[in-house]
Amino acid sequence: MKTIMKSGILAAAAVVLSVSLVAPVFARDLTVVSWGGNYQDAQRNIYFKPFSEKTGKPVLDESWDGGIGVIQSKVKAGAPNWDAVQVEAEELALGCADGLYEKIDWDKMGGKDKFLDSAVNDCGVGAIVWSTAIAYDGDKLKEGPASWADFWNVEKFPGKRSLRKGPKYTLEFALLADGVSKDELYDVLSTEEGVARAFKKLDELKPNIVWWESGAQPLQFLASGEVAMASAYNGRITGINRSEGKNFKVVFPGSIYAVDSWVVLKDAENKDAAQDFIAFASLPENQAKLPEFVAYGLPNKEAAAQVPAEFAKDLPTDAANMTDSISLNVDFWIDNAETLTQRFNAWLAQ
Amino acid sequence: MIAGPSRTVRSLILLAPLLVFLIGFFIWPLFSMMSQSVSDTAVLRLLPRSAVVLPVWDRKSPPTVSMQTALMEDLKAVDDDQALGDMVRRLNSARSGFRTLISKTTSALGNTANPPADLVSIDKRWEKPEFWLAIADALSPLTDRNLLAAVDLGRNAAGDIEHLPADQSVNRVILVRTFWIAALVTFFCACIGFPYAMIAASLDGWKRDLMLAAVLLPLWTSLLVRTAAWFILLQEQGLINDLLRWIGVIDAPLPLIFNRTGVIIAMTHVLLPFMVLPIYSVLITIPKNLMPAAASLGAHPLRAFLRVLLPLSLRGVASGSLLVFISAIGYYITPALIGGPGDQMISSIIAFYATGSANWGMAGALGVVLLVATLLLYSVYARLSAEEPGRR
Repeated sequence: MKTIMKSGILAAAAVVLSVSLVAPVFARDLTVVSWGGNYQDAQRNIYFKPFSEKTGKPVLDESWDGGIGVIQSKVKAGAPNWDAVQVEAEELALGCADGLYEKIDWDKMGGKDKFLDSAVNDCGVGAIVWSTAIAYDGDKLKEGPASWADFWNVEKFPGKRSLRKGPKYTLEFALLADGVSKDELYDVLSTEEGVARAFKKLDELKPNIVWWESGAQPLQFLASGEVAMASAYNGRITGINRSEGKNFKVVFPGSIYAVDSWVVLKDAENKDAAQDFIAFASLPENQAKLPEFVAYGLPNKEAAAQVPAEFAKDLPTDAANMTDSISLNVDFWIDNAETLTQRFNAWLAQ
Repeated sequence: MIAGPSRTVRSLILLAPLLVFLIGFFIWPLFSMMSQSVSDTAVLRLLPRSAVVLPVWDRKSPPTVSMQTALMEDLKAVDDDQALGDMVRRLNSARSGFRTLISKTTSALGNTANPPADLVSIDKRWEKPEFWLAIADALSPLTDRNLLAAVDLGRNAAGDIEHLPADQSVNRVILVRTFWIAALVTFFCACIGFPYAMIAASLDGWKRDLMLAAVLLPLWTSLLVRTAAWFILLQEQGLINDLLRWIGVIDAPLPLIFNRTGVIIAMTHVLLPFMVLPIYSVLITIPKNLMPAAASLGAHPLRAFLRVLLPLSLRGVASGSLLVFISAIGYYITPALIGGPGDQMISSIIAFYATGSANWGMAGALGVVLLVATLLLYSVYARLSAEEPGRR
């Protein structure tokens, strides 16, 4: 019996050993992860490919739809298979507090003073300033919505609506539609009555909402005529107008903007190359190419100054677009995301 | 003889890859998932001093000096960011606000030039008993809170089990919905799959091959591709609606997408092979002369089918149904893309806890609930199918 067990263990060990001997032969190339769709197509052209040509090494790119759990499971498992990842502001804050990211080498990036304040973090370098705004097809709606109240008005503007599935943005938009002013928005949302008010307002629109989860979906819904208006990432709207000749409109008043950042996952195999990549993608001459393809604001001040006026007017960072838009309150969401998502899911299921 | 043991050794070596695979990719993950759902050490291992002081607190009055000092000492001693992250996540999940509270507190404690006197001076929230209650309730290494929450139950301040408030209760509704959708899909698969398998089994040559290929080809196509294809077919301006309108059957497009109908159609199509193949494999083993024999004894074809063919093929239907049902309850992509908010199944909730909020305890607990429900169903099936030979 002892010999049987021994040989069984030996055989098992042999299998494990042969697997582990084969594995390291395939060293992974630098893997950069972003948000897919026409945004990532643009990044591939202006960041990934030129960086790969410059270093002479391949750059792999993957896409994701966010979620701190994804990052956490990769880092905790050890040897994450992603290196540089573009994350939203809450994922940056949560992951940085939890030690999931490498510290940024700011000397490599050209110094903190080259960037907008909101784009500077110990663990991340701002990649874009982006907005979630109302989008609609200008060819189908001659006179479009101007506010979230219009978005809620299905009598004046018949048709379905599409919103990002989850409480973030949705609750804010509901309160704006209910007449809360942008300055009081997060004060109202921080109270129990405010949350109840938002859900009550959402009840009105619930039968007409189609929920989206990945950023390319609202564009498809608008293009196929499935919905009359949608909340969407502003850059993609401008992108699809230029690439496919659509006439989609973005409504900046009432939009919510935030900064997405590049991070390097803790102990990633290519962490140094990832920092080099981020530095490359933050160079003013490279970053300034982005607005031509997708209209996202640039966190590198020098790059922002180089953007031609014809593209600058579509950016969330443009002064005219900034006036009535709102900055996402990251602290509110890192505290309340789980409870409010639970409540949101319960509300959806009713 | 030596032949005996050495043969055992050889067969064990042959089995070793399977055993390693089973242990590494099935038993161990299953076990760790189940232990995640009940283990609750994230707070305890970082706050040993508080764990001594907090149990003597009356759970109502404001925090005492000793409680505050113990917690401050504990937080100062933490040097592992990831462990601190686990603790904060656990606490924030019980009480929203811990995220910003702890990060504010740790950075104030790190300020050695100007050390804070107590926690309340760092943030007023430390005065509130709720936050201390959340810590006190997180100090036992084992917990039933995830498992209870998975079926919409929770413990109140006194420790009794009670229903969670309606605005937090979602899991039970979604669990019932998951089983209902899976049952409907199984039913439709059986309705379509049984006749299909019968026809396929009655044919031979290229016709049979063609029918089987029609089932197998989709099976080799990615699930995502098939779901996306259904999306294109079912949408308001999609092929089906356009065709029906062109024929003139309908005036307004039928709502086929973002609702239950679409989910059932797409899932039935995706899971149909798992129904057809087991039934087919049973049907081809049934001797072809049984039906003529029944007819020669005077049975009407329908009667012959009901009394001879159906009972003989029931085993295939049962195993097909089990396969389809168990696959269906774990479905995620199809309901997410084709379904509306009222069609989301339990996997989407599990996915939220696993990827969205990194609350693996809840994800594990919901997984355990699903596993237990599946095992129960399987045992019912096993009992039913074991009874059959006795009856005959």
